[in-house]
Amino acid sequence: MLTSDGVPTPRDIEKIRPPDEIRRERPLVWVECFQEIPCDPCHQACPSGAIVEFEDINDIPNVMHELCTGCGLCIASCPGLAIFVVDESEGPDQALVSMPYEMLPVPVTGQMVTLLDRSGRPAGRGEVVRVRNPKTFDRTAVVTVRIPASKVDDIRAIALPGGDVDAK
Amino acid sequence: MLTAEIIVVGAGPAGLSAAAEASHWNAGVTVFDRDATPGGQLVKQTHRFFGSRAQRAGTRGIDIIRILLDEIGERENARIVSGADVVSRYDDGVLGIAKAGHWFKAKPERLILATGAAEKTLAFPGSDLPGVYGAGAVQTLMNVHGVRPGQHVLMVGAGNIGLIVAYQLIQAGVEVVGVVEASERIGGYWVHASKIRRLKIPIFTRHTILQARGKESVEGAIIAEVGGDWAPIESTRRELSCDAICLAVGLSPLVDLMWQSGCSMSWISELGGYVPARDPSMGSDVDGVYVAGDAAGIEEASAAMMEGRIAGLSAAHSLGKVSDEQFGLRAEEIGRELANLRSGPTGEVVRRGLSKLERAPRNSQVLVEGGDSRC
Repeated sequence: MLTSDGVPTPRDIEKIRPPDEIRRERPLVWVECFQEIPCDPCHQACPSGAIVEFEDINDIPNVMHELCTGCGLCIASCPGLAIFVVDESEGPDQALVSMPYEMLPVPVTGQMVTLLDRSGRPAGRGEVVRVRNPKTFDRTAVVTVRIPASKVDDIRAIALPGGDVDAK
Repeated sequence: MLTAEIIVVGAGPAGLSAAAEASHWNAGVTVFDRDATPGGQLVKQTHRFFGSRAQRAGTRGIDIIRILLDEIGERENARIVSGADVVSRYDDGVLGIAKAGHWFKAKPERLILATGAAEKTLAFPGSDLPGVYGAGAVQTLMNVHGVRPGQHVLMVGAGNIGLIVAYQLIQAGVEVVGVVEASERIGGYWVHASKIRRLKIPIFTRHTILQARGKESVEGAIIAEVGGDWAPIESTRRELSCDAICLAVGLSPLVDLMWQSGCSMSWISELGGYVPARDPSMGSDVDGVYVAGDAAGIEEASAAMMEGRIAGLSAAHSLGKVSDEQFGLRAEEIGRELANLRSGPTGEVVRRGLSKLERAPRNSQVLVEGGDSRC
Protein backbone atom coordinates (compact mmCIF):
# COMPACT_ATOMS: atom_id res chain seq x y z
CA MET A 1 0.00 0.00 0.00
CA LEU A 2 1.26 3.49 -0.83
CA THR A 3 1.15 4.82 2.70
CA SER A 4 3.08 1.93 4.21
CA ASP A 5 5.58 0.95 1.53
CA GLY A 6 5.02 3.05 -1.56
CA VAL A 7 3.54 0.20 -3.62
CA PRO A 8 0.30 1.31 -5.30
CA THR A 9 -2.65 -1.09 -5.24
CA PRO A 10 -4.52 -2.18 -8.40
CA ARG A 11 -7.17 0.38 -7.45
CA ASP A 12 -4.54 3.13 -7.42
CA ILE A 13 -3.31 2.03 -10.84
CA GLU A 14 -6.87 2.04 -12.15
CA LYS A 15 -6.96 5.80 -11.58
CA ILE A 16 -3.95 6.63 -13.74
CA ARG A 17 -4.13 3.98 -16.49
CA PRO A 18 -4.75 5.52 -19.93
CA PRO A 19 -8.17 4.88 -21.50
CA ASP A 20 -8.53 1.40 -23.06
CA GLU A 21 -9.72 2.79 -26.42
CA ILE A 22 -6.36 4.35 -27.27
CA ARG A 23 -3.94 2.02 -25.50
CA ARG A 24 -3.42 -0.14 -28.63
CA GLU A 25 -2.81 2.88 -30.83
CA ARG A 26 0.39 4.40 -29.55
CA PRO A 27 2.69 4.77 -26.56
CA LEU A 28 1.04 6.64 -23.68
CA VAL A 29 2.16 8.12 -20.41
CA TRP A 30 1.36 6.60 -17.02
CA VAL A 31 1.88 9.30 -14.40
CA GLU A 32 2.10 7.30 -11.19
CA CYS A 33 1.88 10.27 -8.84
CA PHE A 34 -0.75 9.63 -6.17
CA GLN A 35 0.09 12.18 -3.50
CA GLU A 36 -0.50 15.92 -3.43
CA ILE A 37 3.05 17.23 -3.20
CA PRO A 38 4.30 20.64 -4.36
CA CYS A 39 5.79 19.80 -7.75
CA ASP A 40 5.10 20.56 -11.42
CA PRO A 41 8.11 19.89 -13.73
CA CYS A 42 6.11 17.22 -15.62
CA HIS A 43 3.79 19.89 -16.97
CA GLN A 44 6.73 22.07 -17.94
CA ALA A 45 8.32 19.14 -19.79
CA CYS A 46 5.24 18.13 -21.79
CA PRO A 47 5.37 19.54 -25.36
CA SER A 48 1.86 18.41 -26.34
CA GLY A 49 -0.25 19.82 -23.56
CA ALA A 50 -1.22 16.38 -22.29
CA ILE A 51 -0.05 17.14 -18.75
CA VAL A 52 -2.33 20.04 -18.00
CA GLU A 53 -1.06 23.21 -16.33
CA PHE A 54 -1.40 23.06 -12.55
CA GLU A 55 -3.90 25.36 -10.91
CA ASP A 56 -2.31 24.61 -7.55
CA ILE A 57 1.24 23.34 -7.42
CA ASN A 58 0.11 20.67 -4.94
CA ASP A 59 -2.40 19.18 -7.40
CA ILE A 60 -2.01 15.63 -8.64
CA PRO A 61 -1.07 15.81 -12.34
CA ASN A 62 -4.08 16.01 -14.62
CA VAL A 63 -3.33 13.99 -17.77
CA MET A 64 -5.30 14.24 -21.02
CA HIS A 65 -4.17 11.03 -22.69
CA GLU A 66 -5.87 11.99 -25.98
CA LEU A 67 -3.14 14.63 -26.40
CA CYS A 68 -0.22 12.41 -25.31
CA THR A 69 2.16 11.37 -28.08
CA GLY A 70 4.18 9.08 -25.82
CA CYS A 71 7.35 11.08 -26.47
CA GLY A 72 8.58 10.39 -22.93
CA LEU A 73 10.19 13.78 -22.33
CA CYS A 74 8.37 13.96 -18.99
CA ILE A 75 9.98 10.74 -17.71
CA ALA A 76 13.37 12.23 -16.88
CA SER A 77 11.85 15.48 -15.64
CA CYS A 78 9.98 13.89 -12.72
CA PRO A 79 11.87 14.37 -9.43
CA GLY A 80 9.94 11.42 -8.03
CA LEU A 81 10.82 9.05 -10.89
CA ALA A 82 7.11 8.30 -11.07
CA ILE A 83 6.44 8.63 -14.81
CA PHE A 84 6.46 5.75 -17.30
CA VAL A 85 5.47 5.42 -20.93
CA VAL A 86 3.82 2.15 -21.95
CA ASP A 87 3.52 1.17 -25.60
CA GLU A 88 0.93 -1.53 -26.26
CA SER A 89 0.78 -0.95 -30.02
CA GLU A 90 3.20 -3.76 -30.89
CA GLY A 91 0.67 -6.58 -30.74
CA PRO A 92 -1.33 -8.65 -28.29
CA ASP A 93 1.60 -10.38 -26.57
CA GLN A 94 4.30 -7.79 -26.11
CA ALA A 95 4.56 -4.27 -24.83
CA LEU A 96 7.30 -1.72 -24.29
CA VAL A 97 7.84 0.12 -21.01
CA SER A 98 10.03 3.23 -20.84
CA MET A 99 11.31 4.02 -17.37
CA PRO A 100 13.78 6.36 -15.64
CA TYR A 101 17.12 4.76 -14.78
CA GLU A 102 19.74 6.39 -12.55
CA MET A 103 22.04 3.47 -11.75
CA LEU A 104 25.41 2.47 -13.20
CA PRO A 105 26.17 0.99 -15.56
CA VAL A 106 23.48 2.27 -17.91
CA PRO A 107 22.23 -0.70 -19.98
CA VAL A 108 22.80 -0.85 -23.73
CA THR A 109 20.39 -1.58 -26.56
CA GLY A 110 19.99 -5.30 -27.08
CA GLN A 111 20.99 -6.22 -23.54
CA MET A 112 18.85 -8.75 -21.67
CA VAL A 113 17.91 -7.53 -18.18
CA THR A 114 15.88 -8.82 -15.26
CA LEU A 115 12.41 -7.27 -15.08
CA LEU A 116 11.25 -6.19 -11.63
CA ASP A 117 7.74 -5.49 -10.41
CA ARG A 118 6.70 -2.68 -8.05
CA SER A 119 7.95 -4.67 -5.05
CA GLY A 120 11.27 -5.50 -6.66
CA ARG A 121 10.27 -9.12 -7.35
CA PRO A 122 11.97 -10.54 -10.46
CA ALA A 123 9.38 -11.17 -13.19
CA GLY A 124 11.33 -12.71 -16.03
CA ARG A 125 13.79 -11.20 -18.45
CA GLY A 126 13.37 -8.64 -21.16
CA GLU A 127 15.36 -6.97 -23.92
CA VAL A 128 16.43 -3.35 -23.79
CA VAL A 129 15.22 -1.85 -27.07
CA ARG A 130 16.16 1.78 -26.58
CA VAL A 131 18.28 3.90 -24.24
CA ARG A 132 17.98 7.67 -24.23
CA ASN A 133 20.52 9.56 -22.16
CA PRO A 134 20.99 13.03 -23.69
CA LYS A 135 22.46 15.93 -21.75
CA THR A 136 19.01 17.50 -21.43
CA PHE A 137 17.86 14.51 -19.36
CA ASP A 138 20.50 15.52 -16.80
CA ARG A 139 21.79 12.08 -15.79
CA THR A 140 18.44 10.35 -15.69
CA ALA A 141 18.52 7.84 -18.52
CA VAL A 142 15.27 6.63 -20.05
CA VAL A 143 15.40 2.91 -20.76
CA THR A 144 12.79 1.12 -22.87
CA VAL A 145 12.39 -2.63 -22.32
CA ARG A 146 10.20 -5.24 -23.98
CA ILE A 147 7.89 -7.01 -21.57
CA PRO A 148 4.98 -9.45 -21.78
CA ALA A 149 1.78 -7.50 -22.49
CA SER A 150 0.13 -9.21 -19.52
CA LYS A 151 2.52 -7.40 -17.18
CA VAL A 152 2.06 -3.77 -18.22
CA ASP A 153 0.55 -2.95 -14.83
CA ASP A 154 3.44 -4.49 -12.93
CA ILE A 155 6.91 -4.13 -14.49
CA ARG A 156 8.44 -0.84 -13.34
CA ALA A 157 12.16 -1.48 -12.89
CA ILE A 158 15.07 -3.51 -14.21
CA ALA A 159 18.17 -5.07 -12.77
CA LEU A 160 21.45 -5.63 -14.58
CA PRO A 161 23.76 -8.48 -13.68
CA GLY A 162 26.64 -6.99 -11.70
CA GLY A 163 25.09 -3.50 -11.71
CA ASP A 164 24.16 -1.36 -8.73
CA VAL A 165 20.87 -3.22 -8.72
CA ASP A 166 21.55 -6.92 -9.17
CA ALA A 167 18.54 -9.17 -8.81
CA LYS A 168 20.37 -12.12 -7.34
CA MET B 1 37.18 45.58 12.85
CA LEU B 2 35.56 44.30 9.68
CA THR B 3 32.29 46.04 8.87
CA ALA B 4 29.60 45.23 6.34
CA GLU B 5 26.13 46.36 5.41
CA ILE B 6 24.86 42.80 5.63
CA ILE B 7 26.52 39.73 7.06
CA VAL B 8 24.96 36.36 6.30
CA VAL B 9 25.91 33.41 8.49
CA GLY B 10 25.72 30.17 6.56
CA ALA B 11 26.20 29.50 2.84
CA GLY B 12 23.53 26.84 2.43
CA PRO B 13 20.42 27.25 0.27
CA ALA B 14 18.94 29.92 2.58
CA GLY B 15 22.15 31.91 3.13
CA LEU B 16 23.20 31.87 -0.54
CA SER B 17 19.69 32.92 -1.59
CA ALA B 18 19.73 35.75 0.96
CA ALA B 19 23.09 36.93 -0.35
CA ALA B 20 21.95 36.67 -3.97
CA GLU B 21 18.81 38.69 -3.29
CA ALA B 22 20.43 41.36 -1.08
CA SER B 23 23.33 41.88 -3.50
CA HIS B 24 20.88 42.18 -6.38
CA TRP B 25 19.57 45.29 -4.60
CA ASN B 26 23.13 46.65 -4.28
CA ALA B 27 23.59 45.95 -0.59
CA GLY B 28 27.14 45.05 0.42
CA VAL B 29 27.00 41.44 1.55
CA THR B 30 29.56 39.19 3.23
CA VAL B 31 28.70 35.55 3.80
CA PHE B 32 30.59 33.58 6.44
CA ASP B 33 30.43 29.80 6.23
CA ARG B 34 32.27 27.30 8.38
CA ASP B 35 32.69 24.65 5.68
CA ALA B 36 35.60 24.60 3.26
CA THR B 37 33.31 25.15 0.27
CA PRO B 38 29.94 26.91 0.08
CA GLY B 39 26.63 25.12 -0.48
CA GLY B 40 25.70 23.71 2.90
CA GLN B 41 23.70 20.51 2.51
CA LEU B 42 23.30 21.16 -1.22
CA VAL B 43 26.81 19.75 -1.81
CA LYS B 44 25.47 16.25 -1.23
CA GLN B 45 21.97 16.51 -2.63
CA THR B 46 22.26 14.64 -5.89
CA HIS B 47 18.49 14.31 -6.32
CA ARG B 48 16.21 16.60 -8.29
CA PHE B 49 14.27 19.15 -6.26
CA PHE B 50 10.51 19.32 -6.08
CA GLY B 51 8.59 22.59 -6.23
CA SER B 52 7.97 24.87 -9.20
CA ARG B 53 10.22 26.17 -11.94
CA ALA B 54 10.80 29.42 -10.06
CA GLN B 55 12.15 27.31 -7.21
CA ARG B 56 14.47 25.34 -9.51
CA ALA B 57 12.29 22.25 -9.45
CA GLY B 58 13.74 19.40 -11.46
CA THR B 59 17.27 20.68 -10.84
CA ARG B 60 19.63 18.66 -8.66
CA GLY B 61 20.75 20.23 -5.38
CA ILE B 62 24.42 19.94 -6.36
CA ASP B 63 23.69 22.08 -9.45
CA ILE B 64 21.66 24.68 -7.57
CA ILE B 65 24.85 25.72 -5.74
CA ARG B 66 26.47 26.70 -9.02
CA ILE B 67 23.39 28.68 -10.08
CA LEU B 68 23.35 30.62 -6.81
CA LEU B 69 27.13 31.15 -6.78
CA ASP B 70 27.02 32.44 -10.35
CA GLU B 71 24.32 34.89 -9.36
CA ILE B 72 26.37 36.11 -6.41
CA GLY B 73 29.71 35.93 -8.22
CA GLU B 74 28.79 38.37 -10.95
CA ARG B 75 28.42 41.16 -8.40
CA GLU B 76 31.27 43.08 -6.80
CA ASN B 77 29.26 43.92 -3.70
CA ALA B 78 29.02 40.34 -2.48
CA ARG B 79 31.61 37.87 -1.25
CA ILE B 80 31.71 34.52 0.46
CA VAL B 81 34.28 33.68 3.13
CA SER B 82 34.58 29.92 3.60
CA GLY B 83 36.14 28.19 6.60
CA ALA B 84 34.91 31.00 8.85
CA ASP B 85 32.89 29.93 11.87
CA VAL B 86 30.77 32.68 13.44
CA VAL B 87 30.84 31.62 17.08
CA SER B 88 29.38 34.56 18.96
CA ARG B 89 27.25 37.67 18.80
CA TYR B 90 27.54 40.29 21.52
CA ASP B 91 24.99 42.80 22.79
CA ASP B 92 26.50 45.58 20.68
CA GLY B 93 25.96 43.51 17.54
CA VAL B 94 29.63 42.55 17.14
CA LEU B 95 30.29 39.04 15.84
CA GLY B 96 33.17 36.83 16.91
CA ILE B 97 34.51 34.73 14.03
CA ALA B 98 37.04 31.90 14.07
CA LYS B 99 39.00 31.20 10.91
CA ALA B 100 42.12 29.11 10.42
CA GLY B 101 43.14 29.28 14.07
CA HIS B 102 42.55 33.02 14.33
CA TRP B 103 39.73 34.96 15.87
CA PHE B 104 38.46 38.26 14.61
CA LYS B 105 35.52 40.59 14.98
CA ALA B 106 33.01 41.92 12.50
CA LYS B 107 30.08 44.27 12.80
CA PRO B 108 27.26 44.27 10.29
CA GLU B 109 24.47 46.80 9.97
CA ARG B 110 22.13 43.88 9.35
CA LEU B 111 22.63 40.23 10.25
CA ILE B 112 20.98 37.27 8.51
CA LEU B 113 21.23 34.00 10.42
CA ALA B 114 20.91 31.04 8.06
CA THR B 115 22.76 28.52 10.18
CA GLY B 116 20.82 25.42 9.15
CA ALA B 117 20.16 22.39 11.29
CA ALA B 118 21.76 19.51 13.14
CA GLU B 119 20.69 15.91 12.88
CA LYS B 120 18.73 14.31 15.66
CA THR B 121 19.92 10.97 16.85
CA LEU B 122 18.65 7.90 18.70
CA ALA B 123 20.11 6.20 21.74
CA PHE B 124 19.99 2.39 21.89
CA PRO B 125 22.42 -0.28 23.05
CA GLY B 126 25.29 -0.28 20.60
CA SER B 127 24.46 3.12 19.15
CA ASP B 128 28.02 4.19 19.94
CA LEU B 129 29.56 1.42 17.78
CA PRO B 130 31.55 2.41 14.72
CA GLY B 131 29.22 1.94 11.78
CA VAL B 132 26.29 3.86 13.26
CA TYR B 133 25.95 7.06 11.24
CA GLY B 134 23.65 9.99 10.81
CA ALA B 135 22.14 10.24 7.32
CA GLY B 136 23.98 13.50 6.70
CA ALA B 137 27.32 11.84 7.40
CA VAL B 138 26.45 8.99 5.05
CA GLN B 139 25.56 11.47 2.31
CA THR B 140 28.78 13.40 2.88
CA LEU B 141 30.91 10.27 2.77
CA MET B 142 29.25 8.95 -0.38
CA ASN B 143 28.37 11.98 -2.41
CA VAL B 144 31.17 14.38 -1.46
CA HIS B 145 34.09 12.06 -0.75
CA GLY B 146 33.14 8.97 -2.76
CA VAL B 147 33.42 6.65 0.24
CA ARG B 148 30.89 3.92 0.94
CA PRO B 149 29.82 3.88 4.62
CA GLY B 150 29.45 0.09 4.54
CA GLN B 151 28.35 -2.73 2.26
CA HIS B 152 25.04 -3.61 3.93
CA VAL B 153 23.19 -0.71 5.50
CA LEU B 154 20.04 -0.55 7.62
CA MET B 155 18.21 2.78 7.32
CA VAL B 156 16.27 4.03 10.34
CA GLY B 157 13.52 6.51 9.44
CA ALA B 158 11.24 6.69 6.38
CA GLY B 159 11.01 10.45 6.06
CA ASN B 160 12.26 12.08 2.87
CA ILE B 161 15.89 12.04 4.03
CA GLY B 162 15.82 8.34 4.96
CA LEU B 163 14.17 7.35 1.67
CA ILE B 164 16.38 9.58 -0.48
CA VAL B 165 19.61 8.47 1.21
CA ALA B 166 18.52 4.81 0.89
CA TYR B 167 18.17 5.39 -2.86
CA GLN B 168 21.57 7.10 -3.02
CA LEU B 169 23.13 4.16 -1.16
CA ILE B 170 21.81 1.82 -3.88
CA GLN B 171 23.25 4.18 -6.49
CA ALA B 172 26.60 3.89 -4.73
CA GLY B 173 26.42 0.12 -5.03
CA VAL B 174 25.57 -0.49 -1.36
CA GLU B 175 22.97 -3.03 -0.30
CA VAL B 176 20.18 -1.50 1.79
CA VAL B 177 18.85 -4.31 3.99
CA GLY B 178 15.74 -2.38 4.93
CA VAL B 179 14.16 0.85 6.08
CA VAL B 180 12.75 0.82 9.62
CA GLU B 181 10.00 3.30 10.54
CA ALA B 182 8.18 3.39 13.88
CA SER B 183 5.10 5.10 12.49
CA GLU B 184 2.51 3.12 10.52
CA ARG B 185 2.85 5.55 7.63
CA ILE B 186 5.78 6.61 5.53
CA GLY B 187 6.68 10.17 6.48
CA GLY B 188 8.39 11.07 3.22
CA TYR B 189 6.89 11.41 -0.23
CA TRP B 190 5.39 8.13 -1.47
CA VAL B 191 7.27 8.44 -4.77
CA HIS B 192 10.54 8.15 -2.87
CA ALA B 193 9.27 4.98 -1.18
CA SER B 194 8.05 3.56 -4.51
CA LYS B 195 11.40 4.01 -6.18
CA ILE B 196 13.36 2.11 -3.52
CA ARG B 197 10.63 -0.50 -3.08
CA ARG B 198 10.77 -1.49 -6.74
CA LEU B 199 14.50 -2.03 -6.25
CA LYS B 200 13.55 -4.61 -3.63
CA ILE B 201 14.31 -2.58 -0.49
CA PRO B 202 11.94 -3.72 2.28
CA ILE B 203 10.21 -0.96 4.24
CA PHE B 204 9.30 -2.01 7.78
CA THR B 205 6.69 0.42 9.06
CA ARG B 206 5.67 0.04 12.72
CA HIS B 207 9.15 -1.25 13.50
CA THR B 208 11.96 0.12 15.59
CA ILE B 209 15.61 -0.59 16.17
CA LEU B 210 16.34 -2.10 19.59
CA GLN B 211 20.04 -2.69 19.40
CA ALA B 212 23.12 -2.50 17.24
CA ARG B 213 25.04 -5.75 17.64
CA GLY B 214 28.77 -6.15 17.17
CA LYS B 215 32.14 -6.28 18.94
CA GLU B 216 34.46 -3.81 17.22
CA SER B 217 31.86 -2.37 14.86
CA VAL B 218 28.32 -2.98 13.66
CA GLU B 219 27.64 -6.60 12.70
CA GLY B 220 23.88 -6.58 12.84
CA ALA B 221 20.77 -4.79 14.03
CA ILE B 222 17.99 -6.13 16.24
CA ILE B 223 14.62 -4.75 15.17
CA ALA B 224 11.08 -5.40 16.42
CA GLU B 225 7.52 -4.41 15.68
CA VAL B 226 6.00 -1.72 17.86
CA GLY B 227 2.51 -2.05 19.31
CA GLY B 228 -0.27 0.48 19.63
CA ASP B 229 1.44 1.95 22.70
CA TRP B 230 4.68 2.37 20.71
CA ALA B 231 6.34 -0.28 22.90
CA PRO B 232 8.40 -2.93 21.07
CA ILE B 233 6.74 -6.36 20.93
CA GLU B 234 9.35 -8.76 22.31
CA SER B 235 8.11 -11.79 20.40
CA THR B 236 8.78 -10.03 17.09
CA ARG B 237 12.50 -9.41 17.75
CA ARG B 238 14.73 -10.38 14.90
CA GLU B 239 18.19 -9.64 13.65
CA LEU B 240 19.12 -8.14 10.31
CA SER B 241 22.68 -8.65 9.19
CA CYS B 242 24.34 -5.33 8.33
CA ASP B 243 27.66 -3.53 8.77
CA ALA B 244 26.27 -0.01 9.05
CA ILE B 245 23.18 1.63 10.50
CA CYS B 246 22.07 5.01 9.17
CA LEU B 247 19.88 7.20 11.38
CA ALA B 248 17.50 9.54 9.55
CA VAL B 249 15.29 10.56 12.44
CA GLY B 250 14.88 14.25 11.86
CA LEU B 251 16.66 17.57 12.21
CA SER B 252 16.71 20.31 14.79
CA PRO B 253 17.40 23.98 14.02
CA LEU B 254 20.89 25.30 14.84
CA VAL B 255 19.93 28.35 16.85
CA ASP B 256 22.88 29.14 19.14
CA LEU B 257 23.47 32.57 17.59
CA MET B 258 19.77 33.38 17.96
CA TRP B 259 19.87 32.57 21.67
CA GLN B 260 23.01 34.72 21.96
CA SER B 261 21.30 37.54 20.09
CA GLY B 262 18.38 37.48 22.51
CA CYS B 263 15.74 36.46 19.97
CA SER B 264 12.45 35.23 21.43
CA MET B 265 12.72 31.47 21.17
CA SER B 266 9.87 28.97 21.31
CA TRP B 267 9.81 25.18 21.34
CA ILE B 268 7.71 24.18 18.33
CA SER B 269 7.96 20.44 17.76
CA GLU B 270 6.47 20.77 14.25
CA LEU B 271 9.43 22.97 13.28
CA GLY B 272 12.01 20.67 14.84
CA GLY B 273 12.73 22.29 18.23
CA TYR B 274 13.54 25.79 19.43
CA VAL B 275 12.93 28.37 16.74
CA PRO B 276 13.09 32.17 16.73
CA ALA B 277 10.03 34.39 16.50
CA ARG B 278 9.92 36.08 13.11
CA ASP B 279 7.66 38.43 11.18
CA PRO B 280 6.58 37.79 7.55
CA SER B 281 9.73 39.65 6.42
CA MET B 282 11.85 37.06 8.25
CA GLY B 283 12.92 39.71 10.77
CA SER B 284 13.43 38.38 14.30
CA ASP B 285 12.33 40.50 17.25
CA VAL B 286 15.92 41.70 17.69
CA ASP B 287 16.50 44.84 15.68
CA GLY B 288 18.52 44.21 12.51
CA VAL B 289 18.63 40.42 12.93
CA TYR B 290 16.94 38.27 10.29
CA VAL B 291 16.52 34.50 10.16
CA ALA B 292 16.01 32.06 7.28
CA GLY B 293 16.03 28.39 6.32
CA ASP B 294 16.15 25.36 8.59
CA ALA B 295 17.48 27.51 11.45
CA ALA B 296 14.08 29.23 11.43
CA GLY B 297 12.18 25.92 11.30
CA ILE B 298 12.83 22.62 9.53
CA GLU B 299 11.43 22.51 5.99
CA GLU B 300 12.40 21.49 2.47
CA ALA B 301 15.32 23.31 0.82
CA SER B 302 12.95 25.03 -1.65
CA ALA B 303 11.28 26.81 1.28
CA ALA B 304 14.70 27.66 2.72
CA MET B 305 15.69 29.34 -0.53
CA MET B 306 12.55 31.45 -0.56
CA GLU B 307 12.93 32.43 3.09
CA GLY B 308 16.50 33.42 2.28
CA ARG B 309 15.27 35.59 -0.58
CA ILE B 310 12.76 37.29 1.70
CA ALA B 311 15.36 37.87 4.44
CA GLY B 312 17.85 39.32 1.93
CA LEU B 313 15.20 41.54 0.40
CA SER B 314 13.99 42.77 3.80
CA ALA B 315 17.49 43.51 5.07
CA ALA B 316 18.27 45.45 1.88
CA HIS B 317 14.97 47.32 2.16
CA SER B 318 15.65 48.31 5.76
CA LEU B 319 18.99 49.76 4.60
CA GLY B 320 17.16 51.92 2.09
CA LYS B 321 18.42 49.93 -0.91
CA VAL B 322 14.96 48.98 -2.10
CA SER B 323 12.07 51.36 -2.58
CA ASP B 324 8.89 50.63 -0.64
CA GLU B 325 7.09 49.90 -3.87
CA GLN B 326 9.73 47.49 -5.20
CA PHE B 327 9.88 45.82 -1.81
CA GLY B 328 6.13 45.35 -1.72
CA LEU B 329 6.00 43.80 -5.18
CA ARG B 330 8.94 41.47 -4.69
CA ALA B 331 7.94 40.43 -1.16
CA GLU B 332 4.46 39.62 -2.40
CA GLU B 333 5.83 37.58 -5.29
CA ILE B 334 8.12 35.43 -3.14
CA GLY B 335 5.60 35.25 -0.33
CA ARG B 336 2.96 33.91 -2.68
CA GLU B 337 5.28 31.19 -4.00
CA LEU B 338 6.20 30.20 -0.47
CA ALA B 339 2.56 30.06 0.58
CA ASN B 340 1.76 27.89 -2.46
CA LEU B 341 4.57 25.52 -1.58
CA ARG B 342 3.25 25.12 1.95
CA SER B 343 -0.42 24.99 1.02
CA GLY B 344 -0.79 21.27 0.29
CA PRO B 345 -1.27 18.27 2.60
CA THR B 346 2.50 17.77 2.94
CA GLY B 347 2.82 21.36 4.22
CA GLU B 348 0.29 20.79 6.97
CA VAL B 349 2.82 20.18 9.76
CA VAL B 350 4.82 23.28 8.86
CA ARG B 351 1.65 25.39 8.68
CA ARG B 352 0.61 24.17 12.12
CA GLY B 353 4.07 24.93 13.50
CA LEU B 354 4.16 28.42 12.02
CA SER B 355 0.73 29.18 13.38
CA LYS B 356 1.83 28.07 16.86
CA LEU B 357 4.95 30.21 16.53
CA GLU B 358 2.86 33.23 15.63
CA ARG B 359 0.82 32.84 18.81
CA ALA B 360 3.83 32.10 21.03
CA PRO B 361 4.74 34.68 23.66
CA ARG B 362 7.58 37.06 22.78
CA ASN B 363 10.67 38.13 24.72
CA SER B 364 10.15 35.42 27.24
CA GLN B 365 12.02 32.45 25.86
CA VAL B 366 9.51 30.04 27.39
CA LEU B 367 8.46 26.59 26.32
CA VAL B 368 5.26 26.45 24.34
CA GLU B 369 4.46 22.77 24.44
CA GLY B 370 6.04 19.37 24.62
CA GLY B 371 9.19 20.78 26.09
CA ASP B 372 8.90 19.06 29.45
CA SER B 373 11.74 16.59 29.04
CA ARG B 374 13.76 18.38 26.44
CA CYS B 375 15.07 21.47 28.11
